[in-house]
Amino acid sequence: MTTAISPTTPDAVALDARSKELRKMIVRTIGAGKRGHVGAALSIVEILRVLYDDILKYDAANPRWPKRDRCILSKGHGCIALYVLLAEKGFFPKDELGKFCASDGILGGHPEHGKVPGVEASTGSLGHGLSFGVGFALAAKLDGYKHRVFVIVGDGECSEGSIWEAALCAAKHQLSNLTVLVDYNKQQTYGTIAEVQGLEPLVEKWESFGFAVREVNGHDIEELRSVLSNVPFESDKPSAIICHTVKGKGVSFTERNLRWHHKAKVTEDEVASLLDALS
Amino acid sequence: MRQTSLDMVYELAKRDPRVVFIGSDLGPDTLKQLKAELPNQFLMEGVSEANIVTMAAGLAMEGKIPYINTIATFLTRRCFEQIVLDLGLHNTKVRLIASGGGVVYAPLGPTHLAIDDIAILRAVPNMTILAPADADEMRRLMLQTLEVNGPVYIRLGKGGDPIVSRADLPCEIGKGILMREGADALIVCTGICLQVALNAAEQLSKEGISVTVLHIHTLKPLDSATIVQHAARVPIIVTIEEHTLVGGLGSAVAEIIVETSFSSPKRFKRIGIPDVFPDQYGSQASLMQRYNITAEHLFEVVRKLLEPQPKDRHEQTDELCHSAA
Repeated sequence: MTTAISPTTPDAVALDARSKELRKMIVRTIGAGKRGHVGAALSIVEILRVLYDDILKYDAANPRWPKRDRCILSKGHGCIALYVLLAEKGFFPKDELGKFCASDGILGGHPEHGKVPGVEASTGSLGHGLSFGVGFALAAKLDGYKHRVFVIVGDGECSEGSIWEAALCAAKHQLSNLTVLVDYNKQQTYGTIAEVQGLEPLVEKWESFGFAVREVNGHDIEELRSVLSNVPFESDKPSAIICHTVKGKGVSFTERNLRWHHKAKVTEDEVASLLDALS
Repeated sequence: MRQTSLDMVYELAKRDPRVVFIGSDLGPDTLKQLKAELPNQFLMEGVSEANIVTMAAGLAMEGKIPYINTIATFLTRRCFEQIVLDLGLHNTKVRLIASGGGVVYAPLGPTHLAIDDIAILRAVPNMTILAPADADEMRRLMLQTLEVNGPVYIRLGKGGDPIVSRADLPCEIGKGILMREGADALIVCTGICLQVALNAAEQLSKEGISVTVLHIHTLKPLDSATIVQHAARVPIIVTIEEHTLVGGLGSAVAEIIVETSFSSPKRFKRIGIPDVFPDQYGSQASLMQRYNITAEHLFEVVRKLLEPQPKDRHEQTDELCHSAA
């Protein structure tokens, strides 16, 4: 059973001050490394913000606190958004953001477990995070622990067969402590999802793989908060939340712009333009 | 050997609640006792090696020690990236029990022949690779797998392999076992090729040729010190393995030999499967025969290498290479 998509569209959401400030931190981080997956980071800001502000239980001073909720960014290339949230929450000093991709920094182009406090699994190659999540959630279930597992996957990533292997497994084990959030910005590197390899009907796909599914506007804070506060949607099923988002959200010239999927050699002028657009 | 390894999983699971067995659609009675007695330590998943390996990594990161079992080719080639990243990079305590190492599944054809497993797993940092000679050694090694940090690959033989390992010799992961000692040549072997090496050594001794047989049950980390120590004492070194010559035991030993400054010259030869996909069915024994992984060939190689050198060394080497191919 699904919830109808919200009347507001992801494009229509006007960003509040906090969402803009988080994006500015992302832009400054990209500026420091002169590179980064811009579009992928900007499309998951609200998802991560709501998770870390309102939903996840964690202790930034003790990132391996056993009772913490686990959050895995399976689409590891969106990591700059995660880094910003983790830095803001105190998992590591904000100064690290200024050393993005530097030889003496801990923050690389894809997130590494063991190197970055708060990163639960090293991701970057797509299609791994959900299986890690299944392992985490299954361990909790076997041992009777109450913590929960959230996995953010990309829509392009849903072309990976391992995602669907993991989905079958999660449903089989009735992992109601596992929630997958699909960043459905409808774009991948080459073009639109529909053009490269369509996923529709995506809601029905996840339902048919045994998940309880909801759809949300992935930039609407209240909607995200409301849906995420209600997981699991069913007591014997894992949950899937299809988050309708805009790749590159927040800056007119990065939104749905394939050239901003990944940028190397980002110039100071480009950084200034991005910051200006977010002011 | 497989039965022993699974029996050991059952024993280890009873001993340590962290142990979890994960099968990938195995036979209906696999570890039924474990399933009945400790259901939370038994998982039988679908045909989904990629998910299983990463899921196991996730379980290990939560404190479990998963032992995964399926056919060796599926457990290595199919999910190689999951092994590299989620077991190797994360250095997770996951154990891969690989059925049918080498040419055990000869009748089933090349899709089931794990002749490259050692080569590809040697390239994975943090990986431990074990290839026991028989069920007894499997038991001794399996007992130690509980304590190894990081991932462990365990290569299984056919089962019913003759017991040639010895309980009176120390068996420790990471250490080669000196099975017999001689001054004329060093034979380095792994897995079930220990029996081949011992048979050849016996035949050679009847000819008055005494050889050292060094059994390498742990291909990674490789016991370089012991290999060098015994290589230093002999003029001839021969490796034998049920594996491709590309990147296996022979390659690993060659790397050590060429980087060591010996005081006397060495002659070196590898015996194994050439760089081809095996093109016959038959049996493990018939495929090993086809690729000269036999005591007779090993005997012949050592004997020829001991003959006085002809003037044209290249010719001699070529001849030996062709005879092994």
